[in-house]
Amino acid sequence: MIREHDSVIVRTVVRALVPFIQLFALYVVFHGHYSPGGGFQGGVILAASYILIALALGRAELDRLVQEGAVLVLGALGVLIFALTGALGPVLGAPLLDYEVLSLPGVHGPEARALGILIIEIGVAIGVAGALTLIFCRLAKAGEGGGAP
Amino acid sequence: MTELLAYAAARYNYWVYILLMLIGFYAMVAHGNLLKKVIGMNIFQTAIILFFLSTSAKRGGTLPIVGPEALAGGVAPAQLMNPLPHALMLTAIVVMVATLGVALAVLVKIYRRYRSFEEDVILDRL
Amino acid sequence: MSGLLNALFLALLVILAVAAVRVRDLVGAVLALSAYGLVLALTWAGMGAVDVAFTEAVVGAGASTVFFLATLLRTVRTEQVRLPRARAASLAAVFLLGGLLFLATHEFPSWGDPASPPSVHVSPRYLRLGYAETGAPNIVTAVLADYRGYDTLVETVVIFTAALACWVLLGRPKA
Repeated sequence: MIREHDSVIVRTVVRALVPFIQLFALYVVFHGHYSPGGGFQGGVILAASYILIALALGRAELDRLVQEGAVLVLGALGVLIFALTGALGPVLGAPLLDYEVLSLPGVHGPEARALGILIIEIGVAIGVAGALTLIFCRLAKAGEGGGAP
Repeated sequence: MTELLAYAAARYNYWVYILLMLIGFYAMVAHGNLLKKVIGMNIFQTAIILFFLSTSAKRGGTLPIVGPEALAGGVAPAQLMNPLPHALMLTAIVVMVATLGVALAVLVKIYRRYRSFEEDVILDRL
Repeated sequence: MSGLLNALFLALLVILAVAAVRVRDLVGAVLALSAYGLVLALTWAGMGAVDVAFTEAVVGAGASTVFFLATLLRTVRTEQVRLPRARAASLAAVFLLGGLLFLATHEFPSWGDPASPPSVHVSPRYLRLGYAETGAPNIVTAVLADYRGYDTLVETVVIFTAALACWVLLGRPKA
């Protein structure tokens, strides 16, 4: 079990920092079209913010914030968003992963493609964040059941 | 002599990548500790990603982010890094860390059962 | 200047890789690997691969280190000294592989050549038309999500599968 960090400075700074890290992760996801960033980077940063919570505020705090089952479902949901967006193409008579079928009134051509990229980046971010958080939760919990030597 | 130096200057990057890969390979083959093998595998993978990414480098090139002039066809591809290896290796890195998680999960399972990471000890207790 | 910086980073990488492999204290080795990841991210930023450097800085220096440390939390900390049983054979394999790869570099294009085969095939088209076709000025994002979306989709599935494998392997120890 990862316990709460002893230093009050570490705990306070982490509590103050985590919302900004998560905001930055969202910025990285949504600004991926124009600057370095995108779903993979944003998702990894989002997962890192939860790992930071567990390291500084203890495992109990992370368990209070997220449930492992919910994280697993979120990971699956991310992959599903990506796959369904891609599958819209064949359903509407276009190639797989062709985002131009997302054309709405006033949004077509390159704009529809940019919209498609944004949707799948969000899917990737949710999927990656869920997967990495789940792996961390499982690895950190692993020692408890097995008993320490 | 100067020819040899120019030849080395154009290729020393590749030689360092090979060296890094061999360090990882040695750790995987010669070390008996399973965690050291995973560390070696990590170095091996990153060396390959380094090599793959080096194919994207262009001398005097800049980041593959274009401005509005691209819409008018004013892009000189020779001055921008090749974006294709970047996109491929970006996903490879995240897959690397996910598979690292699986490797470590297997290690934890092995430790629970055999109480050791040493190959010899595990083989004895098998 | 950037060439000098690149050479410095490469030297640091070799030193840190050797440290990660040689140090017997496993926590020390993992921290050397973390530093290796950070220098790797700097190397890539110097090469112009900022998207990749971004990911490596979070993944290599952050997440993977935490994964390693979480594993070491309840297991052994040190590597046992053991007889170099297969050392000669391993070194022979390493030198054989290294020699072959070294010979192969003779055929490589010189480093950073703008006319090298990977840079003249399909990527100039991405760079020229990427913004106009996908509306994304960052061509790496355009390639990742649109031109090579199939690849990215399956990679995402792989990551989810890895998480699922962890979930199954380290389930609650009832039995």
